[in-house]
Amino acid sequence: MAQAQSHSEFVLRRLHTLAGVVPVGLFLLEHLFTNAMATTGAASFNSAVDTIQHIPFLHFIEFFFIFLPLTYHGVYGLYVAFTSGYNAGQYSWGRNVLFVLQRVTGVITFVFIIYHLWTTRFSGRAPTFDMVHQLMSNPAYLWFMVIGVVAATFHFANGLWSFCIHWGITVGQRAQRVTAYVTMVIFVVLAAVGIEAIFAFTRAA
Amino acid sequence: MTEATATRADATKAPAKRKVHLIIERQDNPNSQPYTEEFLVDYVPGMNVIACLMAIQRNPVNKDGKPVAPVAWEMNCLEEVCGACMMVINGKPRQACSAIVDKLEQPIRLKPARTFPVVRDLVVDRSRMFEALKKIKAWIPIDGTYDLGPGPRMPERDRQWAYELSRCFTCGACVEACPNVNERSSYIGPFAISQARLFNAHPTGAMHREERLEALMGEGGIHECGNSQNCVQVCPKGIPLTTSIAAMNRQVTYYALGAWLKK
Repeated sequence: MAQAQSHSEFVLRRLHTLAGVVPVGLFLLEHLFTNAMATTGAASFNSAVDTIQHIPFLHFIEFFFIFLPLTYHGVYGLYVAFTSGYNAGQYSWGRNVLFVLQRVTGVITFVFIIYHLWTTRFSGRAPTFDMVHQLMSNPAYLWFMVIGVVAATFHFANGLWSFCIHWGITVGQRAQRVTAYVTMVIFVVLAAVGIEAIFAFTRAA
Repeated sequence: MTEATATRADATKAPAKRKVHLIIERQDNPNSQPYTEEFLVDYVPGMNVIACLMAIQRNPVNKDGKPVAPVAWEMNCLEEVCGACMMVINGKPRQACSAIVDKLEQPIRLKPARTFPVVRDLVVDRSRMFEALKKIKAWIPIDGTYDLGPGPRMPERDRQWAYELSRCFTCGACVEACPNVNERSSYIGPFAISQARLFNAHPTGAMHREERLEALMGEGGIHECGNSQNCVQVCPKGIPLTTSIAAMNRQVTYYALGAWLKK
């Protein structure tokens, strides 16, 4: 029983999948929800941002519940993507294609988030509707946002499916199949919510 | 098919014999460069890929009529229960004995399963699979210095699905198709995880359950699975490998949390 086996890789992998759902996945949901406030007008978005800005211990929460797990999930995810093999050309079954897409969207999302943070959170400007509106007035930026949102929501939804297997939640074939459908519905809904919010920002306040 | 009908209709004319066209990826020794060679063998109704390879062995002449070294391959049972003749046939890893020529698209492309070291032509060294089975202790220790008596009975309900897992013959098709078995990872492969599940389900085997779970959490263990689910698609015995992996994920999750909390 008590073998001198290293479990570090196992623990790192499990923390990677866990971090992707809690807290990173939860943050994605929160973020999409706040963005969607823009669809009801600039005032409601600005007031939602204002509420967030007044959360107590905001910097602490931001660092330990968003920045750290996000960085870990992203950097370790790059390692996972690099050590994976890709053979969807030879084996073009649906799940294998999704396996490749999960890694591709992960890398896209990683690059997207860095640029996204650089132009918003770390730009030194106040996070208001007007600021996002200005950014969105550049069509290249707008379409980069659309790609990023689609990649991020796909990665989250498909990752949920994978998470359920990694943690031994969905075991049987039917359970895994049903979860696959459910997560794809989640992807479509979240991507739609995200894209609608993006285009809401293109309208003048 | 139409050609075969025509042959029967005017047998008196003695038409050209129907041929099977094979393109084989060959390799003379473990360190030499692979090359492809084409062969034409006489068609025999109902023949399988093994029969084609036997025909080449009898008459080792390539498509251009040049004498060559006969193609080497492995085989044993010829009825899909030993796993020895697994090779990549038209892009998919499968048993050559159950690959019927009539059901294959021609030319038939044969390649060795390169996830393993190639010994020669279609012969590969699958030692890593046996190392993996040793690692996860895919057996039930019953040896002792005295008669231990009969073990506990296994419920029929469990025996039925466990029997499906016991049909694994270590052919390596799942290891070949798995994207996460590659030179950058040490993943033991889907079959080994399914075997851990099989022996953990056995009432006597369950007495060593923790050792198998420890091994699955070790280097190259269950966490290397990326859920591409190619394994379950290529398994010649239809073993629910992805269910086994998920079931072992559950066992490992409970075990890991429980073991950590008990420390």
